[in-house]
Amino acid sequence: MNSILPWITLLAPLVSAAVITLFTLRWKPVSSFISIAAVLVSFTCSCLIFTQSGIAAAEFAWIDIAGAFKVPLGFTLDQLSKTMLVLVSGVGATIHIYSLGYMRDDEGKSRYFAALSLFMFAMLGIVLSNNFVMLFIFWELVGFASYILIGHWFYRDPAADAANKAFITTRIGDFGFMIGILMVWMATGSVVFAEITPRMSVLASHPTFVTIAALLIFCGAVGKSAQFPLHVWLPDAMEGPTPISALIHAATMVAAGVYMLVRVAFVIQASQTALLVVAWIGTITAVMAALIATQQNDIKRILAYSTLSQLGYMMMAVGLASNDAAMFHLFTHAFFKALLFLGAGSVIVMLHHEQNIWQMGGLSRKLPITFVTFAVGALALIGCPPFSGFFSKDAILALAYERNTPIFVAGLFTAFLTAFYVVRLLVIVFFGNSRSEVARRSKESPLVMTGPLIVLAILAALGGFGFFARNFLALPIEKEAAFLVPALAFGALIVGSGLAIAIYRNRTSEPIDIEVLRHKLYFDEFYAWLINWTQELLARVSAFFDRWIIDTGAVDGSSRAILGIGALLRLIQVGNLQGYVFLFGLGVVAVVYFAVFR
Amino acid sequence: MVTLGDYLIVSGILFAIGFAGVMLRRNLIIILMSLELMLNAANLSLVAFSRFRVNSIGLPDYNAQVFVFFIITVAAAEVAVGLAIIVALYRARQTTDVNDISSMRF
Repeated sequence: MNSILPWITLLAPLVSAAVITLFTLRWKPVSSFISIAAVLVSFTCSCLIFTQSGIAAAEFAWIDIAGAFKVPLGFTLDQLSKTMLVLVSGVGATIHIYSLGYMRDDEGKSRYFAALSLFMFAMLGIVLSNNFVMLFIFWELVGFASYILIGHWFYRDPAADAANKAFITTRIGDFGFMIGILMVWMATGSVVFAEITPRMSVLASHPTFVTIAALLIFCGAVGKSAQFPLHVWLPDAMEGPTPISALIHAATMVAAGVYMLVRVAFVIQASQTALLVVAWIGTITAVMAALIATQQNDIKRILAYSTLSQLGYMMMAVGLASNDAAMFHLFTHAFFKALLFLGAGSVIVMLHHEQNIWQMGGLSRKLPITFVTFAVGALALIGCPPFSGFFSKDAILALAYERNTPIFVAGLFTAFLTAFYVVRLLVIVFFGNSRSEVARRSKESPLVMTGPLIVLAILAALGGFGFFARNFLALPIEKEAAFLVPALAFGALIVGSGLAIAIYRNRTSEPIDIEVLRHKLYFDEFYAWLINWTQELLARVSAFFDRWIIDTGAVDGSSRAILGIGALLRLIQVGNLQGYVFLFGLGVVAVVYFAVFR
Repeated sequence: MVTLGDYLIVSGILFAIGFAGVMLRRNLIIILMSLELMLNAANLSLVAFSRFRVNSIGLPDYNAQVFVFFIITVAAAEVAVGLAIIVALYRARQTTDVNDISSMRF
């Protein structure tokens, strides 16, 4: 049954972005309400789509080159994309509303909401695409919207730099993604997911080709989902407004990489090597980000590293060939991470944009609603039963236990670290005495900000239960032997939280100082050095080429060659008429000889 | 019986004499005369070709003869221009010796 609903869902935010940019940039309240109305339309349509089975949308042929290269504009409407639709537009809607409070007095409010709408359009596009080319275009649009939003306060240098860094870093991954898409198209002759799937069998005899294609496609996810080694942009992206961090850099865009891998699982799962690489990249990211998070002092950066770590878990699940577990964690993570960021945003706004956790303290009494909801999010994040994170993380750990013991151990260690740094954050921010004047004078946020917090807190608390999640997802099947796994995970949780409470209770400054972790394992420094070095090398090679090949060789060389030939030819210009006649006669003889006798 | 070859030999000798004159003599007027000799050598060979190329009804091929008339016309024009140049040159330099006309030599 063809329906117009998917098109409305997709295009409503685009219309909003266009209208705001073209007409209402000066009327900030109007802009924000257009944007919110658009996202609510999308959300309503998503819910309607979700409730209808067998829904389909009209498909248009966009590019058709002699049947060899066909790109339709069409939608995938299966369980996976329907769930993602509801998730993206739902979380998006709460964050739009929250933004009303957070961006209340911002100069660029219209610009902000226009970009937010553009982002919603692009993200919904990723979810709905039924072919690689469309997916890639929306993928880039999402990156662009993210760039605008990170750089929303572009007059501040760190924000502008962070925006550039995010865009360029993800571009590196996207380049691989594009080549991967081309490889798949080359091999199967199609870019439409549904057409590629049955044709994957022709590739069975070329395992190396499949592995390379799968890994290149994975590159795109590495960039967008900020996996090691392209993770460096995400913590810096926290320079953007906090709702953006919640929407783009926690709940939706960074999860797009995982969603994409699940969507194209038929490519990834065709190669065991690729799966192993995906799983290990996820594991490395999870452990590394959790380690770094333990030594950060900026509330948003801690959350950013926890996002990295959780995305690592999802990649781990994708790599262990369980799309269900990955999507389950994506689903629960979207709620509790959006909640945590919005909670952090509430704290930051009420403390007049103070982000250092050592300047906070004792906020549980000043911001009770924020505290309770934030605590729910935190408990979900560390996987405390019965909050949502427990179920999804447990599913991934059980999977790892079953299939790959080293990854399981690393996952367990990450769970311990997660509990440690999250409880550290909670203890420092919300308990003890207020350590600064702004913290002492802070008060609870307005309803427009706490409302979304409460909604998300309920979802984060309940999201993991089978009776709720089963409506949206195919849940991973629990195995019998898996009793050990939750027990171990819970043990890690208790040890981690206990340790954090013991160390950080009533502290006023950091008692542990691990230089390496505070500097984020020197990744930025390393990349700076690497880029500096390659740039220097390239510059030297270019300078050599320019100076010696272009200047000396081509430019001076050609003039010298002309001069030299001129000097040589001058020797036969003797200035004697008879001499010329003699040469002319010789020439005629030669011409006649060659024309007649040869 | 005079053959085509005989005519061509005479023509070649005339051409060689003309070429030698152009190459060896220093006086511009002599050089111009030698040039005319070379042109007429060519004319002679063309007429000979015409005479010896007879078509099916016994008439010679007149194309070459027409060509010869053109050459004579052009040669006349050339002599007129050439002599005028030589007169102008003589007025300017009081000489017709090619060795003395060397101001454009590098």
